[in-house]
Amino acid sequence: MKPFTFERARTPTEAASAAARHPGAKFIAGGTNLLDLMKLEIETPMHLIDVNGLGLDKIEATPDGGLRIGALVRNTDLAADARVRQDYAVLSRALLAGASGQLRNMATTAGNLLQRTRCPYFYDTNMPCNKRAPGSGCSAIGGFSRQHAVIGVSDACIATHPSDMAVALRVLDAVVETIRPDGSGRSIPIAELHRLPGDQPHIDTVLRAGEIITAVTLPKPVGGSQLYYKVRDRASFAFALVAVAAIIQQDGTGRVALGGVAHKPWRVEAAEAEMPKGAQAVVARLLAGAKPTEENAFKLKLVERVLTAMLADVRGGRV
Amino acid sequence: MKFDIPATTNPIDQLKVVGQPVDRIEGPLKTTGTAPYAYEHNVGPDTAYGYVVGAAIAKGRIASIDQSAAKAAPGVLGIVTAENAGKLEKGNFNTVKLLGGPNVDHYHQAIAVVVAGTFEQARAAAQLLRVNYERSPGRFDLAAEKDTAIKPKPGFGGPSDSSVGDFAGAFAAAPVQFEATYTTPDQSHAMMEPHASIAKWEGDKLTVWTSNQMIAWGVGDLSKTLGIPKENVRLISPYIGGGFGGKLFLRADALLAALAAREVRRPVKVALQRPLIMNNTTHRPATIQRIRLGATTDGKLTAIAHESWSGDQPGGQPETAVSQTRLLYAGEHRMTAMRLAVLDLPEGNAMRAPGEAPGMMALEIAIDEMAEKLGLDPVEFRIRNDTQVAPDNPAKPAASDPQSKALPEKHPSHPPFSQRQFVECLRLGAERFGWNQRDPKPAQAREGSWLRGIGVASAFRNNILMKSAARVRLDHRGTVTIETDMTDIGTGSYTIIAQTAAEMMGVPLKNVVVKLGDSQFPVSCGSGGQFGGNNSTSGVYAACAKLREAVAQKLGFDAQTAVFANGTVTANGRSVPLAQAADPSELVAEDGIEYGDLDKKYQQSTFGAHFVEVAVNAVTGETRVRRMLAVCAAGRILNPKTARSQVIGAMTMGVGAALMEDLVVDKRLGFFVNHDLAGYEVPVHADIPHQDVIFIDETDPISSPMKAKGVGELGICGVAAALANAVYNATGIRVRDYPITLDKLIDRLPPVA
Ligand SMILES: Cc1cc2nc3c(=O)[nH]c(=O)nc-3n(C[C@H](O)[C@H](O)[C@H](O)COP(=O)(O)OP(=O)(O)OC[C@H]3O[C@@H](n4cnc5c(N)ncnc54)[C@H](O)[C@@H]3O)c2cc1C
Ligand code: SF4
Repeated sequence: MKPFTFERARTPTEAASAAARHPGAKFIAGGTNLLDLMKLEIETPMHLIDVNGLGLDKIEATPDGGLRIGALVRNTDLAADARVRQDYAVLSRALLAGASGQLRNMATTAGNLLQRTRCPYFYDTNMPCNKRAPGSGCSAIGGFSRQHAVIGVSDACIATHPSDMAVALRVLDAVVETIRPDGSGRSIPIAELHRLPGDQPHIDTVLRAGEIITAVTLPKPVGGSQLYYKVRDRASFAFALVAVAAIIQQDGTGRVALGGVAHKPWRVEAAEAEMPKGAQAVVARLLAGAKPTEENAFKLKLVERVLTAMLADVRGGRV
Repeated sequence: MKFDIPATTNPIDQLKVVGQPVDRIEGPLKTTGTAPYAYEHNVGPDTAYGYVVGAAIAKGRIASIDQSAAKAAPGVLGIVTAENAGKLEKGNFNTVKLLGGPNVDHYHQAIAVVVAGTFEQARAAAQLLRVNYERSPGRFDLAAEKDTAIKPKPGFGGPSDSSVGDFAGAFAAAPVQFEATYTTPDQSHAMMEPHASIAKWEGDKLTVWTSNQMIAWGVGDLSKTLGIPKENVRLISPYIGGGFGGKLFLRADALLAALAAREVRRPVKVALQRPLIMNNTTHRPATIQRIRLGATTDGKLTAIAHESWSGDQPGGQPETAVSQTRLLYAGEHRMTAMRLAVLDLPEGNAMRAPGEAPGMMALEIAIDEMAEKLGLDPVEFRIRNDTQVAPDNPAKPAASDPQSKALPEKHPSHPPFSQRQFVECLRLGAERFGWNQRDPKPAQAREGSWLRGIGVASAFRNNILMKSAARVRLDHRGTVTIETDMTDIGTGSYTIIAQTAAEMMGVPLKNVVVKLGDSQFPVSCGSGGQFGGNNSTSGVYAACAKLREAVAQKLGFDAQTAVFANGTVTANGRSVPLAQAADPSELVAEDGIEYGDLDKKYQQSTFGAHFVEVAVNAVTGETRVRRMLAVCAAGRILNPKTARSQVIGAMTMGVGAALMEDLVVDKRLGFFVNHDLAGYEVPVHADIPHQDVIFIDETDPISSPMKAKGVGELGICGVAAALANAVYNATGIRVRDYPITLDKLIDRLPPVA
């Protein structure tokens, strides 16, 4: 870990402008991802801005019947919130499928969205990795890629975004609210927050230097059966091989987003029109153009099987 | 005390304390966080911190190291590399040098330790070292190197090859034949406590607080490596947060702490960073195993062949995966062979039940497959091929030995097992587990989206005898203190040693103090190979027997007839408090157990049966274990509570081996990629269902005066295969390459409704 300076911000604007003043500064929330990365010198901020005191830890109703989730709301609190459990069950389920109880107690909404990939080569600073060291190459391509992305990949990077929560937010059409160093705010639809790797895999999101997330808003509830199935090698405390978030209505229409398959939560709205035709038709469009490796091609089949089972469960009244 | 004739009745048979399920005597210290582990000893305010730098390449050499930035970093006290470490030998138990440079033998081989006033300073400075490497090509792919494998020298697991009768002829003639190849991956011990040491020099005397299973081996190899007399090295290792074989030997933490402390003239503590451990230390090597079985149509095995290929660094050893096949089942014609390839991956070595654990993973699937081919129940098939003599182990009785007359003469070339209640384990297990609920036809039991199946496998692990010594003190308050360099790696050594001493001296458990893990104490067997429990308590038995004689003499009793009970010594109607023997001065006795050739005249092994029920998700192929049962026949169980903990821990590790544990080799870059506990998955609580353990009532007087054997490794042997067989029963899919992950099932699962 490199030595760094530290400050506690009191308002979001103050935090954002402090970040702008210190090139390479980072916000720190729960620290459950950032600190690990700093110890390994994968992240080397010279300055840390603690955002825990900004009062962004509330969940409030919005005028249009949705919810506004403060950026600092802990994953545990968000998963347990009665309104979330009632109206946005897919979010609660996704959160509870992630990490462990102890981690969720610390992890925050913004921090979870901005956690970095779990590619093992990214974590080993001796290894080439374009995301960590731009231009050094991608070790996962041709290497151990069982966990990696199958779609939206590039020749530079095949990493996945590891968040469960983000997949649920994607299927719920959440919007991310930010404040920039000049005090102006903007709203970023969750679909646009994370980037595909392209030839700049070291840039995960569209956020600009110093831009701070203040909240995530959810539109008014859409009802339906809200399901989250996370497939993993052990029963708990493991990142998803594949995760399927689905909201399925009684009439057979619905939405679906995937985790563990791409550099961002993966959703193709056009594919959802196929929903009444069944999972195979949906997945054919959802994963059209997929480029899996030999080691992770099984993910395609897995997605289709899980979605098929979900649709059958809803049809059969089992969920 | 020489143990060369079978035990007769002795004070342990009273079972007032031994055999009772008493709580761990050091439990309160551990649960309150006051038991000091290696990194936690306070050896002085000037203790500095070392941070280990591992090689960034798999093979090659270090061209140069630029230390300037690291040396100038805040708090840095010194840096040790091969250049300034002085001349270092290699330890007898190390295959590869613990401090690399200029040559690099494997990824994350230690090449430097950076020492600073705080841990954070040492870590920051370590990351400033600039190392220039020259890479050379290496061999990293076992399958690709298989054909270059050679016949290794005989080692811990016996000769590389064995042959009885005419396997080829018998196999060719067998009415039912079966052949398959299985693979097991490299595995990591992944114990909770990392390898850690604190070293302190006083003049030319070195003390190392460490986490090590085998104190005397550690002293020997540390003194050899440093080129200093053994007498000048003291190792202290009272508590060990798991080892599983990963801490049998001197490792880089202890050596680098010693070198660093010498360099900076302060005590230095070093813990291997978690992401370093998997490539820096030893691991269980991967295997490729080919098994061929021939049987008569009524299920008698006539031909058994087991061949295994594994790899290791030059000068290394094979994974002895064929060991159990030499002994487990009857069969007139048989052969086994182990072949060893050179690989430039990290050093392979012992991990819990080396040999048998991966060997049983393969053999016990093969037995299940053969049973199915024969149309026989797999429990019944195993029972039909039981043997009471070692089928593949010609005995060498010494002609002049008068005891050899007492031996059964029927199969002079095949020693009998000292105890073999293998069939009893299978039968009892089948009954308790509800084996008859199993549909022999696979993929029949469906519950919603889950496919249920049950599976069985045998458990087998040899019993190893090692000499072991102890010192025992009696003071005027009647307190009995045991001192031995035995270690407690979480197994319960403290407790069973206290129970042994209490039984022998006739005092309550609370009057016994046990001191372990210090090289100033008499040399014990140490902890490994499931030999710790039986041998260390036998050493304590010997020392206590000697103390009883001293007490009897002091108090004027005949040692043979005096009864030691309730803190008194009694004979012929006269009773004297035990404590009186230590008045005015303490009584001390030291002795150890040494073995004759009973282990040559008899085959000493432990047996069991594992039963597992799984549910495989018909949609995703995720396998979840529903319940598990182990039945063990392993001699006298010294403490059913700690023994049960050993077995359920081993069963848990078996679940890991079956379903998830896999050090993934990057065959281009030459290293284990998933080298932390996020990437190398081991079971979590949610993976482990209800577990039952039954111990068959057994004493083995051939084994030791304790009449006990090992059990801590028996518990893992066969578990993974039982699980694999259950997965087959659930799905009809045979997976012969561990671990059984869902990607190996998904293509063959039924369509989703
Ligand atoms: C062992 C382990 C297992 C895990 N398993 C899972 C899992 O199964 N599923 C899953 O989804 N996650 C998992 N996680 C990841 C976990 O969810 C994240 O670490 C956590 O959500 C990060 O939140 P945090 O508040 O601690 O973020 P921090 O570590 O504090 O920050 C993460 C990033 O977000 C930035 N940041 C934080 N707050 C803001 C803000 N308000 N505005 C702008 N930037 C901000 C930081 O600068 C940093 O770059 C696991 C983590 C660990 C350590
Ligand atoms: S997949 Fe991406 S993160 Fe992983 S090694 Fe390649 S570039 Fe790095």
